[in-house]
Amino acid sequence: MSTLDFSQILPAMPGLVEGMTLTLELLVGGVLGGIVLGTLLAIARLSDSRVLSGLARFYVNYFRSIPLLLVISWFYLVVPMLLSWITGSMTPVGAFTSCIVAFVMFEAAYFSEIVRAGIQSIPKGQINAAYALGMTYSQAMRYVILPLAFRKMTPLLLQQSIILFQDTSLVYAVGLMDFLNTARSKGDVVGLPHEFLLFAAAVYFVISFGASRAVKRLHSRWAV
Amino acid sequence: MNYHWNWGVFFKSTGVGSEIYLNWFVSGLGWTLAIALTGWAIALLLGSVLGVMRTLEEGWLARIAAVYVAVFRNIPLLVQLFFWYFMVPDLLPTPLETWFKQDLSPGASAFVSVVICLGLFTAARVAEQVRTGIEALPRGQVNAGLAIGLTRVQLYRHVLLPQAFRIVIPPLTSEFLNIIKNSSVASLIGLMDLLAQTKQTAEYTANIFEVFTLATLIYFVINMGFMKLMNRVENSVRIPGMMGGSGK
Repeated sequence: MSTLDFSQILPAMPGLVEGMTLTLELLVGGVLGGIVLGTLLAIARLSDSRVLSGLARFYVNYFRSIPLLLVISWFYLVVPMLLSWITGSMTPVGAFTSCIVAFVMFEAAYFSEIVRAGIQSIPKGQINAAYALGMTYSQAMRYVILPLAFRKMTPLLLQQSIILFQDTSLVYAVGLMDFLNTARSKGDVVGLPHEFLLFAAAVYFVISFGASRAVKRLHSRWAV
Repeated sequence: MNYHWNWGVFFKSTGVGSEIYLNWFVSGLGWTLAIALTGWAIALLLGSVLGVMRTLEEGWLARIAAVYVAVFRNIPLLVQLFFWYFMVPDLLPTPLETWFKQDLSPGASAFVSVVICLGLFTAARVAEQVRTGIEALPRGQVNAGLAIGLTRVQLYRHVLLPQAFRIVIPPLTSEFLNIIKNSSVASLIGLMDLLAQTKQTAEYTANIFEVFTLATLIYFVINMGFMKLMNRVENSVRIPGMMGGSGK
């Protein structure tokens, strides 16, 4: 290999930006859906119902013991099939939808552990005080416990989101054109795969490193 | 749409000799474990060295380790894999390059790449755990060690590391489980690991649910089994009088 030639990156920018947009869409979808589902799982896990907490526990253990890549590959095949059973007709679902579903389901297991720890870190007096005011369980959760807990766990949720940001690159397995995959194919087209790979690595590094630095600062600023 | 459930699919012949699909899973599991264990050996060794480096007073050694950890933790695993598999062979001196590209079988060169990749990737995580373990020890341990005349090497070897490694058994366990899960990226560069064999079986038989259920079950059993095993180990090596373990 001779010297590196980064001159072709600038002309490829529009495509790379499009790839990054897809990466960020996957990230946002996975994080938002994952937090919602994860919160529900955490509440189920902490509930008095043995069945509910058992189910939630099984869900979390299950998804935490299998590789994300397995979930992505599986859902890529299964989600279209399930949808066609439900709707009764062949609805074409793209790789994008199945990947979002995979991320939401998978990340929910990790988010739920964070949320659970956050809820458990709230002093019992808070919920007793809420009950004393005449709130129901769901009101106490919604207006007292969860707002307190979320403030505590935001740094951890963000840290987990940075991990997901890196993991979105696994959609390569189903051929989605995210940032990494776009960089690879652009690099192959102009015959400069190494330069494009290094560029992609640098972009991922700058974003992840910068974001985790910011999260650390937030963490110390928000520390109670 | 009709789906033909068939849980006996694993015992069907693959059409190659007397092979059944279950054989594919067994060989895939073998590759997965081989990748994970070899990668883990690298990660544990290098990660321990880096973790110790981060606790040293020599600023430049600590900084090198810090840079290593930052780089390997902030670049996606798949990017690192492409780096080791597609780019590094081109950078090797010519005799090594021809050996890697032509003399090694495709499976062997992919195996070498993925093991190096996972080993170095996981080393950064192990380093952080080892550092945390060492830093969690009371300052008095260092002082006492130095006071009885131990050299710094002796201090680490006989006082700090034996305690630190016990403290970090739980996080290291989950890093080991992570390397097993992460080894599935090998399927993306053509190695026939557990995930690749699962996908192949799914394609051949069209019994997607059964095939992926078995794969999930295998990963699940490995994880749970190993976690139980390490709980035992943790309890048996616990230092009496220290916190941790079963919530006592």
